[in-house]
Amino acid sequence: MKIGFYPGCSLTGSSREYNESVVAVAKALDIELVEIKDWNCCGATAAHSMNEELSLSLPARIMALAEEQGLTEIVVPCAACYNRLKVTQHELENDNKRARVKEILQLQYKGNLNIINVLQLLEAYGAENIKAKVTQPFAHKVACYYGCLLVRPQSILKFDRVEDPQSMDSLIKVIGGNTLDWAFKTECCGGGFSVSRTDLVAKLSGNILKDASDRGAEAIIVACPMCQSNLDMRRGAINKTLQVPSNIPVIYITQAIGLALGIGAKELGLKRHFVTVEL
Amino acid sequence: MEKKNKASDLQTHTGVEVMRCYQCGKCTAGCVLASDMNYPPSYLMRLLQTGTKQNYDKILSSNSIWLCLNCENCVGRCPMEIDIPKMMDYLRTQAIKENKLHPDSRPIISFHRSFLDSIKYTGRLYEMGLIAAFKARTFRLTQDLTLAPGMYLKGKLHLLPEKIKDRRSMKRIFAQTIENVKIEN
Repeated sequence: MKIGFYPGCSLTGSSREYNESVVAVAKALDIELVEIKDWNCCGATAAHSMNEELSLSLPARIMALAEEQGLTEIVVPCAACYNRLKVTQHELENDNKRARVKEILQLQYKGNLNIINVLQLLEAYGAENIKAKVTQPFAHKVACYYGCLLVRPQSILKFDRVEDPQSMDSLIKVIGGNTLDWAFKTECCGGGFSVSRTDLVAKLSGNILKDASDRGAEAIIVACPMCQSNLDMRRGAINKTLQVPSNIPVIYITQAIGLALGIGAKELGLKRHFVTVEL
Repeated sequence: MEKKNKASDLQTHTGVEVMRCYQCGKCTAGCVLASDMNYPPSYLMRLLQTGTKQNYDKILSSNSIWLCLNCENCVGRCPMEIDIPKMMDYLRTQAIKENKLHPDSRPIISFHRSFLDSIKYTGRLYEMGLIAAFKARTFRLTQDLTLAPGMYLKGKLHLLPEKIKDRRSMKRIFAQTIENVKIEN
């Protein structure tokens, strides 16, 4: 299996371990990732908060480059990038917007790229195929946390159930884990306010962590760098909002699967977390 | 006359018809930051429905439009599928244009500008530069002093930015979009 790959900025920096685990798991499953050449930042929240045309042009350049490279399908592990690319592709179905963006970019853009997230890639690979390669079952009780950008807006993303998504839960069950029913699966962690309003991130992420902790989760599983970094790197600020401080680790779905496939903790970037991972 | 203009401008740019809201309040019930906002989402919809300039200005100078995280919970649960987040994006750009900015917007706008500067010059986000630029803009010099070294030690921060090859394309994109706004007006 061969597929285009858009890592995005977080995966080269503050969420390196997500990249490392995606690459390691892809290798173990014989999935060849072809990186988009000369990719740029998707613009994230900053672009769409400040200027609509900018917020469409940045993701459009990425998709145009992928098309130019002959890719028909790309996987985007970062939930924020995935969301921006999908939403942009949807917005550019409008003829006027597409013409304007092509004029800005001076690139061809067809808009027929198939954009998927990591959960969809793993689903496409096949639960049975993953199961067959499990050497160390992931025997833990965990809370699967999807956040906002993987599932909303559902009318555009058309991925999973919007209020009680199941795709990540299914994958955890495939590798031998148990998943909790809990109340904060798709509540916002505070997203891009990590630096500008750390107080609000501490409050929102605190609610998420408290519910997972109250229900006895051994770990929180994520597929978004912003969710991970808010819940992990901001743990000091979060714990100040909680009556009972929590030391539950927050790991990526690809790290959980990697462990089940027998890949080493270091290769999966599990040493890069702020909250120690002992699973 | 003012009444028509505000609602129709909003509709032209976002496709949002504010009159479709029947005030069920699901957006506010699901909004994680409603309690921190001057006006929670359903209240903001009602203000927009009145169509008066006075209420429109209240919205532009409120903290609500800046605290909205675009988590999309409101639109996901809205029985009329009113795209409040898209409306928020539009209202933010209008607030900047009209220079009606709530004090709560300052750190958030400073963050966005620092973020976009990084992309403009390198094509990718340079996190170390982002933090430095944000501190310089907000004078929050001591914030996260302990976090950055931890990130560095865990290999999460680059000392130097990663640059894309075609940086001219970034310059062009910025020049024709966000930097072009002033000329348009």
